[in-house]
Amino acid sequence: MNGAASSDLKAGSVHVFRRKTVALVGPPNSGKSTLFNRLTGLRQKVANYPGVTVEHHVGRLSLSPTVSVDIIDLPGIYSLDPRSEDERVTRDILFGQAPGITKPEAIILVLDSTNLARHLVVAAPVLGLGVPTLVVLNMCDDLHGRGGQLDTAELSQRLGAPVALISAAKNLGLEPVFEFLDGTFAIPKPVELPVLNNVPQCREWAVKVSRDTWKSPRPSPWSRRLDGVFLHPLWGPLVFLAVVVAVFQTIFTGAVPLTAAVQAGVNASGSWIQSTLPDSLFRSLLVEGVWDGVGSVVVFLPQILVLFLFIGILEDSGYLARAAVIADRTMARVGLQGKAFIPLLSAYACAVPAIMATRTIENKRDRMATILIAPFMTCSARLPVYTLVIAAFIPSRALLGPFLNSRTAAMIGLYLLGFLAALITARLLNSSVLKSARSPFILEMPPYRWPNLRSLGLRLFDRAMAFLKRAGTVILGVAIVLWVLAHVPAHDGHAPPIQESLAGAIGRSVEPLLRPLGFDWRIGVGLVTSLAAREVIVGTLGTIYGIENAEDNSAGLAAALQQNLTLGGAVALLVFFAFAMQCMSTMAVVRRETGSWKFPILQFTFMFTLAYVCAFAANRIVTALFG
Amino acid sequence: MTLHRGEHGVLRRLDLPEDVAYRLMLLGFVPGADVEFSGSAPGGDPRVFRVEGTEVALRRETAEQMIIDGN
Repeated sequence: MNGAASSDLKAGSVHVFRRKTVALVGPPNSGKSTLFNRLTGLRQKVANYPGVTVEHHVGRLSLSPTVSVDIIDLPGIYSLDPRSEDERVTRDILFGQAPGITKPEAIILVLDSTNLARHLVVAAPVLGLGVPTLVVLNMCDDLHGRGGQLDTAELSQRLGAPVALISAAKNLGLEPVFEFLDGTFAIPKPVELPVLNNVPQCREWAVKVSRDTWKSPRPSPWSRRLDGVFLHPLWGPLVFLAVVVAVFQTIFTGAVPLTAAVQAGVNASGSWIQSTLPDSLFRSLLVEGVWDGVGSVVVFLPQILVLFLFIGILEDSGYLARAAVIADRTMARVGLQGKAFIPLLSAYACAVPAIMATRTIENKRDRMATILIAPFMTCSARLPVYTLVIAAFIPSRALLGPFLNSRTAAMIGLYLLGFLAALITARLLNSSVLKSARSPFILEMPPYRWPNLRSLGLRLFDRAMAFLKRAGTVILGVAIVLWVLAHVPAHDGHAPPIQESLAGAIGRSVEPLLRPLGFDWRIGVGLVTSLAAREVIVGTLGTIYGIENAEDNSAGLAAALQQNLTLGGAVALLVFFAFAMQCMSTMAVVRRETGSWKFPILQFTFMFTLAYVCAFAANRIVTALFG
Repeated sequence: MTLHRGEHGVLRRLDLPEDVAYRLMLLGFVPGADVEFSGSAPGGDPRVFRVEGTEVALRRETAEQMIIDGN
C-alpha cells in the first residue's frame, strides 16, 4: 500500500495519493495486451524479472489526480501450476513472492469470449486465490458478430466475481473495468470450484459453466478458407516464400528513403556541432566519438521499425502461426523449430531485436540453439563492408547477361555463406552440446483477425526504444573507448597520427597474427575497432588512409584499399566478416537473454576461430589460384 | 487410427510423457473430447487438429501418440 500525504496550502486539506497495484492475467491470445495498451497507453515499460528471461510490462493508469493504478501485464498462462517459467513467475507475483514486485491487490482476468470453454480452465485456480478479481470477457464484437451469446449475470453468479463483456480492440464496454479499478476491491464470493490441480476436473467444471451461460459462436468461415490456402500443399509454401521475399524487400528497399533521411539528419547535426563548437578535444570526442558512434546505431532504426511493423502485422493477423507450422519440418532437420524462423529472418536486419524475439520459443534448448546461430545471418551492418570490398576488388561483369552481375553474385554468395554457417552450426549443436530428441512442438493457432493498429503502434514504439537502449548504450560506451584509443597519447593537445596512437599500437601488436590472412597493421586496427560494431571499420580505415568523410568518399577509400590488400586478402576479409562476431550489442543481448556471460563468450570464441581459419584458407586458396 | 482431413474422432487417451499430456489437456485434448483433423503442413508434419473450436498444431510423433477412435 502506498499512501503519502501532502498538504494543500490553500484549503489546508490533506491529499492522500493512492497507488493501487493490479495484475492482468489470462491465457495467450485473449487480447490481454490490447486491454493493457488501452489502459496504459504510452505510460508503460518492459521489465525483466531478476534471474529469468520472462519479461513483463508495467504501466500506469491515472484514474484521478490522486488515484493511480500500476498495472502489471503478466505472461499468458493456462494454469498456475509452476511447470513452465511463465507459470512460475505469474504464480510468484500473484502470491507476492516475487522480489521487488508489490503483491497485486486485485486481478483482472482476461478471457476470450469466443473461446470460453477452453479459457475458463484458468479461472478456477485464479479465483481460488481469494484475491479481488474482475473477470473480463474480451472480443465481444467477434462473439456477437458470429451469433454467440453470453449471460454475464449468470456467469458472475457461478464465478462469485464481477464479470464484464468488452472489446478492448474496439473500445466497447470498458466502463465496468474503470469502475472496478476505481472502487474498493471485494474478495470473490465463495463458490464451488473444482480441485485446482486436477486438470480433467477443472476442464469439466469449465465446460459445465460455459454450457450454462454461453452460446458458442459459429465457426468463422474465413478461418477455414484462409487455412485452406495457407496450409495448402502447393499454395502454402508459395505464400510462405512470397512472405520471406517481402521481408527482404522491406529490409533493403522499403526502408531506404527513411534510412537516407536519418543518415542525412545525423550528418547535418554532426556538421553543425563541428562548425559551432571551437576546435578542441571535447568537440572531437563529441563529433567523432559520440555522434559517429550513436549515429551508426540510429541509422539502422528505420530498417528495424519497418521490419517489425511487417512482422507485427503478420503476427496479429494470425498468419505467423501458420508460417511456423510450414517452416517447422525444415527447421526440425537441423534441430530447431518452426517458431525460430521469425527471429532468424529478423536477424537479416539486425541480430539484436532478433535475439530478443526468441522469447516466443518456450523450449529452452531450441531457444538457445536459435540464439547461438542468429549472428551468422548476414545483418545490415555487414553490408557497408561487403559493398566497399566488393566494389574495390570485384570488377563489374555481366555473368548471366543482364540478369546477374558479378558483384551481385559475390554479395549473394556471402549471404549464402552466412546461411550455410548457421545451418552447419545448428547441426553441430544438435549432435553435440545441445543434443536432443525432437521436442514436442505444440502451437495453438489463433483465429485470423484484423490487426489493431493502435496496439501495433505501441508495440513498435516499445521495440524501437528497447533497440535504442540496448544497442545505443553499448555502442556509445564503446565509441568513446575507441575514440580514446585513437587519441592517446596526445601530441600537443591534438590527436596523434593513427600509427602512433594506442589503437595503432594495438594494430601493430596483432599484425603477426594477421599476416597469414593477408592483413597488415592497418587492417588490424580496423578489425580491433570493428569488434565493437562491424561497420565501424569503414570509418576507421578512412582515418587510417587519411581520407575525410570515408563513408561518402567510397571511390577514394576503395582505391586506398586496393593498395593495401591483395585479392586473397580481400576475400579473406570478406570471409572474416561473414563469420566473426563483431558486435558488442549482440553480445550484451545474448548475455541478458541467457542470463550468463558464458554463452556470449563461447559464441564469440567459436565464431572468431571459424572466421580466422576460413579467412586463412580463403587467402591461401585465392592467392594460389589468382596470384 | 489415422484420421483424414475433415474427419472427426473421439480422443481415448494420450500415451505421452506427463508434462506434454498436461499441456495438451489444458488445450482441450482430454479423454472424451471431439477432435477433428484439420490438415497438416506439406509433408504431413506438423499435423493440425481442431478441438473445442481452435486449431492446434502438433508434431507428428506427438500426434501419433494421441489415441483417437473414429465415430
